[in-house]
Amino acid sequence: MQRRHFLKNTMATGAIALAASSGLLVPGQVLAAWNKKAFDAKDVQSALKAAVGTELTEASDKIHIKAPQIAENGAVVPITISSTLSNVKSITIISEKNSTPLVAKFDLKGKTEAYISTRIKMGKTSNIIAVCESGGKYYSARKEVKVTIGGCGG
Amino acid sequence: MAKSSIKIRAKAKNGVVTVKTLISHKMETGLRKDKKTGKIIPAHFIENVVCEHNGVIVLDAEWGVAISKNPYLSFKFGGGKAGDKVKLTWKDNTGKSDSLETKVK
Repeated sequence: MQRRHFLKNTMATGAIALAASSGLLVPGQVLAAWNKKAFDAKDVQSALKAAVGTELTEASDKIHIKAPQIAENGAVVPITISSTLSNVKSITIISEKNSTPLVAKFDLKGKTEAYISTRIKMGKTSNIIAVCESGGKYYSARKEVKVTIGGCGG
Repeated sequence: MAKSSIKIRAKAKNGVVTVKTLISHKMETGLRKDKKTGKIIPAHFIENVVCEHNGVIVLDAEWGVAISKNPYLSFKFGGGKAGDKVKLTWKDNTGKSDSLETKVK
């Protein structure tokens, strides 16, 4: 498992390096208010890289994902993410097998607590990955949700 | 004024304000097809959601198409009390936006 991840990561990094060098020509795009690159990314690694700047996250048991084990309707999957990590700056939600995995990124300012509850769409059974930024590091947790009817497309 | 697309509740308990909000928006992914014409329905979704507490931003969210239709969002922030102002603003990919202000209960 570890080794497979390593290979996947190195491959993804190579692709991103290419994308980044071509992207340098249009710096305005990177600074755009809405992170198009991250939301258009087709795989988890590049989505993470574009959204938070790194695809390497440390698994943490201090992030809690509350989601149904089985979601009957993939169009509406209620999820709640909370964390006991200190000073969480952002929470990023990823649905691993969606055609564009990045679901949303929440920047928590000031005294906002590490708690987000929302409803998301899931194309098929997959892991939900929650990434929390705390003290300049990224921590993640995952939880599988089984989807019986997909929420993407008709 | 027409009815707002936003419903928001904010409640303070021991200095922590819990905000719950529902936005009325179709959140079209751009992947669905119109059954009659077979044409793809263009994407139409909320990109940014910002929440302010007494004029200071407490939450700045970026959303993709994978947020469900008529989005629900709940979060908490500290340092608030009853009577404080909480304002929620959203903007979608077609440039439309809406905002609503409420008082913390």
